[in-house]
Amino acid sequence: MADVTFTVDGRQLTAPAGTLVIEACRAAGIEIPAFCYYPGLSLQAACRMCLVRIEKMPKLQTACTTPVGEGMVIATETDEIKQARKSMLELLLANHPLDCPVCDAGGECELQDMTFKYGAGGSKFTDIKNHRDEQQWSPVVFFDRPRCILCYRCVRVCNEGMDVAALGIQFRNSGAVIAPNDITSLDCEQCGMCIDLCPVGALTSDTYRYKTRPWELTHVGTICTHCGDGCKTTLGARREENGMQIVRGDNRDKSGMNGDFLCVKGRYAFDFANNPERLTQPLVRQPDGKLAPARWEDAIALVARRFREIREERGGAAMGVIGSTRITNEEAYLLQKFARGPLQTANIDHHRTTDYPGFVKALGGETAHFGSIADALTAPAILLVGGDPTEEHPLLAWNLRTNFRHNGSRIYIANHRAIKLEHQAKATLRISYGGYADLVRSLAASDDASLPAETAHFRDALRAEQNLLIVFGAELRGDAIAPLIQFGLSLPAAKFACLGDFANSRGAMDMGLHPAFTPGYQAVSTVGLSLPQMMDAAGRNELAALYVVGDDPVGRLGLAPESLRNTFLVVQDMFLTATAQVADVVLPSASLYEKSGTVTNTYGDLQPVKKAADTTGVRSDLELIIRIADQMGEDIRALVPFGRGERGDMGQSRGVQSGEADRHAVWLAAHNLEPKLSPFDPDALLDEIQRLVPGYDVDRFALMAGEPQPVRVAAGSNFPVSTGSESIQPANDTLFTSGTLGQYSEKLTEVNRFQAEKTLVAAG
Amino acid sequence: MPTLVSHPEEVRIVSSRFGQGAAEIDRYLELGGYQSVRKAIDQGPDWIIAQMKASNLRGRGGAGFPTGMKWSFVPKQSAKPKYVLVNGDESEPGTCKDHLIFLHDPHAVIEGTIIAGLAIGAKMGFIYLRGEYRYLLKIMEKAIADAYAKGFLGKGIFGSQFDFEVVSQTGAGAYEVGEESALMESLEGKRGVPRIKPPFPAVVGLYGGPTVINNAETIATVPHIFRIGAEEYAKIGSERNGGTRLFCVSGHAARNGVYELPMGYNLKRLIYEVAGGIRDGRPLKAVVPGGSSTPVLLPNEIDIGLDFDQVGKAGSMLGSGGVVVLDDTVCMVDFALRTIAFYQHESCGWCIPCREGTDWLKKTLTRLHAGAGEMRDIDNVRYLAENMLGRTFCPLGDAAAMPTIAFVKKFRQEFEDHLDGKPCPHARHTVPELAAV
Repeated sequence: MADVTFTVDGRQLTAPAGTLVIEACRAAGIEIPAFCYYPGLSLQAACRMCLVRIEKMPKLQTACTTPVGEGMVIATETDEIKQARKSMLELLLANHPLDCPVCDAGGECELQDMTFKYGAGGSKFTDIKNHRDEQQWSPVVFFDRPRCILCYRCVRVCNEGMDVAALGIQFRNSGAVIAPNDITSLDCEQCGMCIDLCPVGALTSDTYRYKTRPWELTHVGTICTHCGDGCKTTLGARREENGMQIVRGDNRDKSGMNGDFLCVKGRYAFDFANNPERLTQPLVRQPDGKLAPARWEDAIALVARRFREIREERGGAAMGVIGSTRITNEEAYLLQKFARGPLQTANIDHHRTTDYPGFVKALGGETAHFGSIADALTAPAILLVGGDPTEEHPLLAWNLRTNFRHNGSRIYIANHRAIKLEHQAKATLRISYGGYADLVRSLAASDDASLPAETAHFRDALRAEQNLLIVFGAELRGDAIAPLIQFGLSLPAAKFACLGDFANSRGAMDMGLHPAFTPGYQAVSTVGLSLPQMMDAAGRNELAALYVVGDDPVGRLGLAPESLRNTFLVVQDMFLTATAQVADVVLPSASLYEKSGTVTNTYGDLQPVKKAADTTGVRSDLELIIRIADQMGEDIRALVPFGRGERGDMGQSRGVQSGEADRHAVWLAAHNLEPKLSPFDPDALLDEIQRLVPGYDVDRFALMAGEPQPVRVAAGSNFPVSTGSESIQPANDTLFTSGTLGQYSEKLTEVNRFQAEKTLVAAG
Repeated sequence: MPTLVSHPEEVRIVSSRFGQGAAEIDRYLELGGYQSVRKAIDQGPDWIIAQMKASNLRGRGGAGFPTGMKWSFVPKQSAKPKYVLVNGDESEPGTCKDHLIFLHDPHAVIEGTIIAGLAIGAKMGFIYLRGEYRYLLKIMEKAIADAYAKGFLGKGIFGSQFDFEVVSQTGAGAYEVGEESALMESLEGKRGVPRIKPPFPAVVGLYGGPTVINNAETIATVPHIFRIGAEEYAKIGSERNGGTRLFCVSGHAARNGVYELPMGYNLKRLIYEVAGGIRDGRPLKAVVPGGSSTPVLLPNEIDIGLDFDQVGKAGSMLGSGGVVVLDDTVCMVDFALRTIAFYQHESCGWCIPCREGTDWLKKTLTRLHAGAGEMRDIDNVRYLAENMLGRTFCPLGDAAAMPTIAFVKKFRQEFEDHLDGKPCPHARHTVPELAAV
């Protein structure tokens, strides 16, 4: 839209026509206070804090509802406006309990800040304040009406942002109160967005309320360890006897690619880290068959000795390595390097939940067509094949809803069951559970008269789209992916996203935790055993050693524990999982919240994770792998490029042989990076990943500044025919479960029980 | 049920059929009913709007907006259906005129609704009665059913090519939905809170369609304008204030009731001549000229004409025509408290200044009236009211603030007397029941 010129407090400004006065002022650095105004949500004009004087208008006007006009003359700092703001705060505080010293929001409260800047010095009022008792609405949400200023942000974010509508307003006048539409408790997704947007301490979370003060916490923005969407969550940790304990997860600065959003898991399910069952000491199986605590050096020496012996006696082919979907890229990269190097085995895999190799293969070299999570916010049209983002990819669902609300995007859904996003869908096609491959074939195929009318209609509508974001998950695997890609590429513009289930599912695959690929989907000459094949081999006593880093194949696949009896089993985990229970050595490891590195979300957005907390007694998987390798007598410099290396002649003269370290040094210098001094510095591995893994050579500084960097991997020319998609096992997590890890979150378990009871009650 | 009053100086137009059984459709027809709408069908929308403008009819709900101009704002072309909405949420204390219209002349409302619909090209009208008028709904519904039976509503009304539907509906008991956009929210089945304006109802109204919303008295006046002619109607009132108005006299007048008088009729004469003066010959203390939200007038301020402009000049408002007469037995602190208690109760709670302001006004006045006040409470009452004024989302905040400011300004001494330990030195606690039903 055309720009208009107007004057604010004597300053001439321009903004696009239609811009609200409040936004135009904020863009120019002029603060207009407001409680109820919240960008992205509907307008309320209820708090009256943003009143400004606009010439030629009889009354003060709300800056949050008035668009700028050509020649408009606006005053925001006159005595009249100062008095209006002051009186508004006096009125708000008149019934407010002023319990700031114990309020959760104390120190990060918009009402406090506003009162400090715009409020009166004292109160004029002496009568008794209105009171209502605090209520608990769900295992995670509490409501304290006296603190509430009725800005309706919670109601709106629940209605508009979440499409849940669990909250409403009861009664009127000063008795008006925010209340669950389900009368006494919340029938909702327990996302806590209401708490997040609450400008005061009226809505509080069970995990945090009355526990601490915000200024006692260190606040670390990192990436959520749960689903594959990769939301930024800010963890508040404070020192406890057993380390730095996380007491809060929230979306404090909203600087992540998730914007305002965080779901129940990102907000509350950090408590697994504090679970009393957490392992903090290595366990070694004793002659009597029982696991008993051991010294770190003994446990690691034992693992190293047995690994070396087995490699020498039985060869690497008798060894297996299973990685995790929740470790960092650096750890995954190191683990496969350790497997393929020191352990001399090609048997390496992880819990695969979707067919990324199949996707990369089908896309071939068309790397410009990789979608990112941000595309879901802006794409004019979206095709959703299978899955239920509301349950499995809450940020994707949020972005799709927001895109629909703000931009009127057209959402097409093909699914075998009804999903909530159909509320926003332009077209929905119900197909059979096994009908996904047929559907995408019919999308790509030339016109087929035998197609049911509904399918043909759906297909024709899609073919008319000019710019489509295509999202699919594990419903499509192997060769079934290609027709969908082919269809998308036939449109003028299309992007694709492949949905996997865990925080670093994509990174684990990209980093080569796969028997057929080294990092960056480079095919290996000899394909090793897949995860199920390794478990089978162990059952046949053909696997002498198995190194499991952060997975629970025994529990997850329901294997008989005795099938691993004759395998030397080393498990690195946070908990004594079913697999750990049958291990010979269990090494307690750090969670994703207790280490630094990078992860790649399912859309290929690379993001840094930062250490927010620690638990005394645990070590990162990175450190454990290096210590085992070191004990095995391996050259650590071959695993991790650290130190100055052999600078040689920077590769410019033929006089000196350029070694690997030299190339690394050249690369570092070219990228303006310093060599890392410690093998335990994950950045040393990130340097190597960036240098060697196709697609990962992203802007390091932007990455470290917290800007998600798109990873775009092109399929190598020697891509194998089969990508091993038969061993894919989707997690089928709901909004309230999160694989094995989720079972150790007490809050998630409690919410799960609460939701189940609600469902039972609803069903009578 | 209120008894009808009359006075020779009345000019009975809107009330001309009161007490004549016009709620029955045949009687209404006998009395010349449904002739205006036939004329309107023949002459078409442009003529209707021109006539309405010529009549100088101004909205009878209280704001006094020229009705013809309001109708002309509705866009001719609209993708969404247009609606006519009759605001019968008569809730302003001291006001009981629409009540009589629904009771005695429901067909006039229906006929006026159809004419408004013809003027703007709407095919549907809603008649919204306040929740407390539930018992009038039966009368309204019967009238609508009778009109359908005669072919005056439905497809091809009066044998023309026009279709028009009318539905009546009651609220759930909230003063706030008397505000036009809150009424629309309520009618749509939502919480009765006002909408952000612009857009105004003429552009985006009920169910998002262009909507004309008028007070029930305004709509009931429309058929009479076409009966007697717009110019003739305009001549009745004062300058720029066409026609007559139903004035609801309540309080301490000798003969309380609803009188129809020309716009601009003298307030003093209304009280002392038409309504028979003050009961028991007591002295007059104050007059609320246009419903409880209008600033109170002192006895020396009432020699004014009752039209929008003259009452405005006197520092108050013509409002809804509810004239509340107070004699010397009234404690003005008590009266202020009674008024604020109403607005506190009826505040929808949407915006801070009204929600919290009315709450603290009520708390402070309650204590002050009970004798536990301090000097600063009097200042606080005025401070609260002045800081609500003009800053609330909708006019309800002003409706509470304006009279409060006037009470303190004009009767400050009475407030101060309450500080001296005598709870209520001026009254024998005989604040009259306000005339709202």
